[in-house]
Amino acid sequence: MSGRVLVGVKRVIDYAVKIRVKPDNSGVVTDGVKHSMNPFCEIAVEEAVKLKEKKFIKEVVAVSCGPQQAQETIRTALAMGADRGIHVEVTGKDYDTLGPLQVSKIFAALAKKEDAQLLILGKQAIDDDCNQTGQMTAALLDWPQGTFASEVSLEGDKIKVVREIDGGLETIKINTPAVLTADLRLNTPRYATLPNIMKAKKKKIAQVKPADLGVDITSRLEVLRVDEPPQRLAGVTVETVDDLVAKLKESGTI
Amino acid sequence: MMNVNRYVLSRSLHFGQRLVSRSTRRAATDAERLQQRRSIRTQSRNLAYAKDLFLGQVNKAEVFPYPEIGNEEVEEINQLVAPVEKFFSEEVDSAKIDREAKIPEETLNGLKELGLFGIMVPEEYGGLGLSNTVYARLAEITSLDGSIAVTLAAHQAIGLKGILIAGNEAQKQKYLPKLASGEHIAAFCLTEPGSGSDAASITTRATLSEDGKHYLINGSKFWISNGDMADVMTVFARTEVVVDGVKKDKISAFIVERDKLGIRGRLAFSACEVSFDNVPVPVENVIGEVGGGFKVAMNILNSGRFSMGSSSAGMIKKLIELTSEYAATRKQFNKSLGEFGMIQEKFALMSINAFVMESMAYLTAGMMDRPGLPDCSLEAAMVKVFSSEGGWICTSEALQILGGLGYTKNYPYERYVRDCRILPIFEGTNEILRMYIALTGMQYAGKVLTGKIKEMKKGNIGLALGMVGKKLRASFGSSADLGLTGKDGVVHPSLAQSAKKFEQNVDLFGSTVESLLYRYGKTLVDEQLILKRVADVLINLYAMTAVLSRSSRSISIGLRNHDHEVLLTNTFCSDAFFKNNYWMTQLQKHSPENNDANIKKIAREVLENRAYVCSHPLERTF
Repeated sequence: MSGRVLVGVKRVIDYAVKIRVKPDNSGVVTDGVKHSMNPFCEIAVEEAVKLKEKKFIKEVVAVSCGPQQAQETIRTALAMGADRGIHVEVTGKDYDTLGPLQVSKIFAALAKKEDAQLLILGKQAIDDDCNQTGQMTAALLDWPQGTFASEVSLEGDKIKVVREIDGGLETIKINTPAVLTADLRLNTPRYATLPNIMKAKKKKIAQVKPADLGVDITSRLEVLRVDEPPQRLAGVTVETVDDLVAKLKESGTI
Repeated sequence: MMNVNRYVLSRSLHFGQRLVSRSTRRAATDAERLQQRRSIRTQSRNLAYAKDLFLGQVNKAEVFPYPEIGNEEVEEINQLVAPVEKFFSEEVDSAKIDREAKIPEETLNGLKELGLFGIMVPEEYGGLGLSNTVYARLAEITSLDGSIAVTLAAHQAIGLKGILIAGNEAQKQKYLPKLASGEHIAAFCLTEPGSGSDAASITTRATLSEDGKHYLINGSKFWISNGDMADVMTVFARTEVVVDGVKKDKISAFIVERDKLGIRGRLAFSACEVSFDNVPVPVENVIGEVGGGFKVAMNILNSGRFSMGSSSAGMIKKLIELTSEYAATRKQFNKSLGEFGMIQEKFALMSINAFVMESMAYLTAGMMDRPGLPDCSLEAAMVKVFSSEGGWICTSEALQILGGLGYTKNYPYERYVRDCRILPIFEGTNEILRMYIALTGMQYAGKVLTGKIKEMKKGNIGLALGMVGKKLRASFGSSADLGLTGKDGVVHPSLAQSAKKFEQNVDLFGSTVESLLYRYGKTLVDEQLILKRVADVLINLYAMTAVLSRSSRSISIGLRNHDHEVLLTNTFCSDAFFKNNYWMTQLQKHSPENNDANIKKIAREVLENRAYVCSHPLERTF
């Protein structure tokens, strides 16, 4: 086994920013808005670095797809402990329409090219909430998947994954190579310390284009319109429980 | 005739006068990173920009264009800033720190791991080796918590600075690595109960042992930040030196380690008092030369001041965010607070102040980062005075916006106000710094003018005609043209009006300085109220320079929201222009606007009485 882990990291609008829709309803405003690494991707990087520190794997490679700024996100991963990075250049209109299907094709191609033993992603991105990339990539590679992982342990050439599912926790054992997606409670990501950021500057980031990997990134989806959620309407106070029940019946809720 | 030839300056000018810090460049090993090592040289000073303002001249090349850093460095700064901001917003509970008067161990450890204890220590000693500009940028974030900001600044801006700029290689190798990682914490021990502003009068003594291997330090220091937890202290004490066969008591700087006290040594700490009872210090621990400690002290203090500009600006920017949220939503008289003029004025005040402070701070940091290391102590002092007073006013106004809520402990505003109150006091009181600013410039102007007089006496007709011509022009009221505007002007055309006002101020300032030197000569040193105005005008001039330079660049490169910058610049310059003119009017001979004589009389009578002097208004005499 190569002992190499690929970690996908996505550059998204920072979670603390108040999102605004563009006046032409074609999307959200991204110009001049603070961006950072998707929180679930941070958890994924942390898990990969932990595995390396425990000597289960040998190399962590951080991958991101996007324009020039995606390199900042890769650098953050390098500062957290990844060894090198791969920046898949996707710009302009292509980037606006880049979705889980195209990204998973890219990851699948890279996983084969880099002979990866493991591919760890965040369970979903906080901008589109798709929750598809990990699953699609596993399917394209025909690899087992351990999604919504809240605990991961390597046992020989198998992986034990504890998954958070609606009913509770499910524990599975899967073969390697595999795809894992990180859920919230998997770990607490470390801060990228300033000395590590300085060291990360010396680490390499390779540049590739989707075409080099033989991937077609044309989108099959077209976004028609983006709207803000409707404003929360004022509530109504009622005097007694009977009034409440009556009102609920009236509105057809019960 | 002008008797500025024998211009003697008192000890108030001795703050680091004859020194300049010089750097040596190390060849870059990777990318564009330049390391700068500082050492002290005893040469005449290479003062940066502000000195020429005293002659009514603008040294354009120093401040235009606004200092810029490379693309890579910008990216790097953004990278460095992100985790620090994240840490402060998630892991720092300022209210708790304030309440318990203590920074929790985990928070301190987090700060150490982030690398914030050795920002400017060179990489070879385990630090981050970052420039003044990056240090200032990080100070914007650490200022969000007053206690942390002071702890970090006391540690690296002054605590370990002595070793960094004046220590020998052995000392650097021995102490810097652990200090940079935060394993050891540093403190700066100069002030004593009896010696605050008058730093040269300290009485702590260091006597050489008989075997010549140790000094024993006795005395007590006061107001020492980090005093209770410092492992390595830079201590200043009097030592006996022999100069030209005469025994003199001069100050030396020592590195004192807390855990190497020896059997008889004792170090006691209370809140911020550190007392030394026969504490042994090996002779190798003298920083610089024996007897050269005062210069070391002044150099240390001069080099750290500029960051107060960016830390105050960072704090005010945060306050603007918090208060504007409130002003937009809180309604009274059926209107939101933001629609009322007096509230709007407060936001303008905070924005302008933050704008000026950061412009000045980064201009100064940019100048300090240049090769050859010009002595920017004058500029740094100006940044400190402006930012400390601006910060105090702005936090107070921010609290006012919140009204009663601002006053309560449930909100952070009163904490910001409390934390800000120390700014005009420590790191050199603003009163002392104003004296320093005014006198340093006056000394420079005096020397230049004396030089010109000598030339004229030697018969340099051209020079004489030049000076006469200048006086004639001034009396005909032609406005000054110092090359800031016009075809080859360095200032962008949309700022032309403000630039013209600046030029007018500078011109008038030059002649005001000349006339003051002529009128007062050596006695100028004791005229604090005059020097205060000189300093205030100069601070405003430097501020105007900074905003003109910064917004010119912003427009030229098309930075986002540059039109707002133009607005702030013009508003500030217009205001400063009038204030400067008012002060300079008061400085004219027999100016009716000048109440100084009365002020002194009032003070004399009150101090004689040791109380308010007037009879009570309700008293009767019949």
